[in-house]
Amino acid sequence: MAAHVPSPSASRAAVDASEPRPAQQTYRKHSPLSRPNPLWGVAAWAVGLVFAIPVLWMLLTSFHSEVDAATNPPSLLAPLTLDGYKSFFGNANAFPSLINSATASVVSTLLVLALAIPAAYALSIRPVKKWSDVLFFLLSTRFLPIVAALLPLYLFAVRTGSLDQIGLLIALYTTMNLPIAIWMMRSFLAEVPVEMLEAAQLDGAGLIRTLRSVVAPVAMPGIAATALICFIFSWQELLLARTLTGVVAGTAPVFLTSFVTSQGLFLAQVCAAAVVVSLPVLAAGFAAQDKLVQGLSLGAVK
Amino acid sequence: MSVDETTARQRTVLQSPAPQQQRTASRRAGWVRRAPLMPALVFVVVMTQLPFLATIVISFMDWQALRPNERGFAGLGNYAQVFTDAGLRSSVITTIVLTVVVVAVSLVLGLLIALLLDRKFFGRGAVRTLMIAPFLVVPVAAALLWKHAILNPSYGLINGTLTWVWGLFGARPPQIAWLTEFPLLSIELALIWQWTPFMMLILLAGLQSRPADAFEAAKMDGASPLQAFRYITLPHLRRYIELGATLGAIYIVQNFDAVFTMTSGALGTANLPYTIYQTFFVRQDYGLAAAQGVIVVIGTIIVATFALRSVSSLLKEDS
Repeated sequence: MAAHVPSPSASRAAVDASEPRPAQQTYRKHSPLSRPNPLWGVAAWAVGLVFAIPVLWMLLTSFHSEVDAATNPPSLLAPLTLDGYKSFFGNANAFPSLINSATASVVSTLLVLALAIPAAYALSIRPVKKWSDVLFFLLSTRFLPIVAALLPLYLFAVRTGSLDQIGLLIALYTTMNLPIAIWMMRSFLAEVPVEMLEAAQLDGAGLIRTLRSVVAPVAMPGIAATALICFIFSWQELLLARTLTGVVAGTAPVFLTSFVTSQGLFLAQVCAAAVVVSLPVLAAGFAAQDKLVQGLSLGAVK
Repeated sequence: MSVDETTARQRTVLQSPAPQQQRTASRRAGWVRRAPLMPALVFVVVMTQLPFLATIVISFMDWQALRPNERGFAGLGNYAQVFTDAGLRSSVITTIVLTVVVVAVSLVLGLLIALLLDRKFFGRGAVRTLMIAPFLVVPVAAALLWKHAILNPSYGLINGTLTWVWGLFGARPPQIAWLTEFPLLSIELALIWQWTPFMMLILLAGLQSRPADAFEAAKMDGASPLQAFRYITLPHLRRYIELGATLGAIYIVQNFDAVFTMTSGALGTANLPYTIYQTFFVRQDYGLAAAQGVIVVIGTIIVATFALRSVSSLLKEDS
C-alpha cells in the first residue's frame, strides 16, 4: 500500500539533514501531528480507564462476598474473598464446560489450519485461475447469518444423534473460521517475495524445501495470528453452542447463560464466572495485540 | 495478481517437458495447482450451502414441531406471514437501529481514541491494553456484567455511583431502572463499549501507516492540524473506516448474545436473530423460522454487496 511512498524514517532523516533548525528537531522526532503535550497523555489515560472500569469492576466484585457485592453505594474497600470462585468451581457443570470450550476451540483451530494453509498456498504462491473469485466466494459465506442455517443443522443433529456432542460443534466452528483464516493466510503468504521463490527454484530446491526454508519463515507469524483469532472466535461463540449442545457438550458461554435470570444474590459468583471464562481470551489477546490488529483486518490492511 | 500469475505461468512453462505433451501436462498442472484448495472449498460448500438450501426448502413448508402430522407444502404462506407479522417488522427496525447506532458511535469514538493513542505519552502501551480489554471479554460475560453488575437498578455500578455523588451533597439520588426504562439504549451502550476498541485498533493501525512525508509537506505549506487531518489523515483512513464499518456491521447484525442475555428480547429489543431463535425454539414453527431466515439472508446480501465492494477495493490495491 505504501510502496510508492518513501519510508517515513528515510524522509525524516533527509529533512533533518537538509535543514538544521534545532527548534523543530524535538518536534520532528515524534509522529507528525504529536506535540509532546502532557495533557493528551492525561486524556488518553482517562479514556483508557473509563473503558477498563467495567472489567476492573467485574474483577473486584468477583473477589467480594455476595453481601458486599450487592451494596449501594458500592463498597470499594470491602474485604476480599475467594468465595465467588469457590462456588463457581463448586458447580458440577462449570469445569466440564471449560473443558468442552477448550476442546472445541483447540481442535477446530487445528482443523482450520490444516485446511487453510494448503488453500492459502493455492490462492497466493501458486495461484489457481480466478483466485480472487474463490476468495470472494469464501468471504461471502461468512456474511450469511448463522441463524439462517440453524434449523437444518438442528434437524440434522437430531436425526443423526449428534445433538449435544462436541464433534458437531468442532465441525461448525471449523466452517465458521475457515473463510477468515484463508483470507488472512493468503495475504500473509502473498508477502513471500516472488524473487525468493524463483531463486529457490533456480537453485534446484524442491517444493518441500522451498516451503520449509523460504515460505515458512515469512508465514509463521501470520499462521500464529490466524490461530489466535480462530481460537478467540470459537471460545466466544454462543448461538450454535446453545442450540446444538446441552448438558454433556455445553461450552463455557452456554454455562454462563445459566446466570441470565439470576437475581441479586449471586453477583459475586456471576462476576467470578465471567472472569474465569474470559481469562483465556484476555490472556491470548493481551499477549498478541499487534497480531490481533492484522488478523481482525483480515490481513487486508497493513 | 499479474506478477504472481506471470511467474506462475513461467514456472509451468519451465516444468513442461516437451511441446507435444504440453496440453496434458498443463491440464495436470492445473489440477496439481487446485488440489491444495479442494479440501477447504469442498468443506465450506458442504457445510454452508447445503444447510442454506435446506432452509429454503423448509421455508416453503408447513412444519410445526408441535403438530407433526400437518406437515406439507405451504407455498408462499410463510413468507406472507413474515411480511404481515407486526412483531417481525419491529424486529427488522430494531436490527437496523441497533446496527447503525452501534457502528456509527463506536466508529466515531474509536477514531477519536485512536487519534489520542497515536500520540506519544507515558504508558501508551498500558493504555492500549486497558482499551482493548472490553473487546476480549467473552460477549455473554460482558452482557451479564452489564446486566447484573452495572445497570442493575438497586446495586449496579452506575446507580451506586449516582448515590455516592448525590450523597456528597446530601441529596436523594436519581435511581434509574436502565434495562426496563431504556432497554435498547442499554444494549447499545454495552455493544458500543465492546466494539469501540475494535474500531480503535483498526483505525490506529491506519494512523500508524500514514506516510510521514505528506505531513512534512503540509506543515511547510502552513497547514493547520485540522486541515492536515481533513485533507491527509481522513482520506488515508478511508479504507480503514470502511473495513471497520463492514466488519462491525456484519457482526452486530447477527448479534444474539447481548439481546438474549440482557433483555431476552423484551420491550422492543428483539432483533432478527433473536426473533428467529424464538420462532424456532419457543413457537417451534419450523416453516416460519426458515422463511424468516431466508429474508434475513436476502437483507444481508444487500448489505454485503456494498461491503464486498469496499473489501474488493482493498483486494485490488493489495495485488
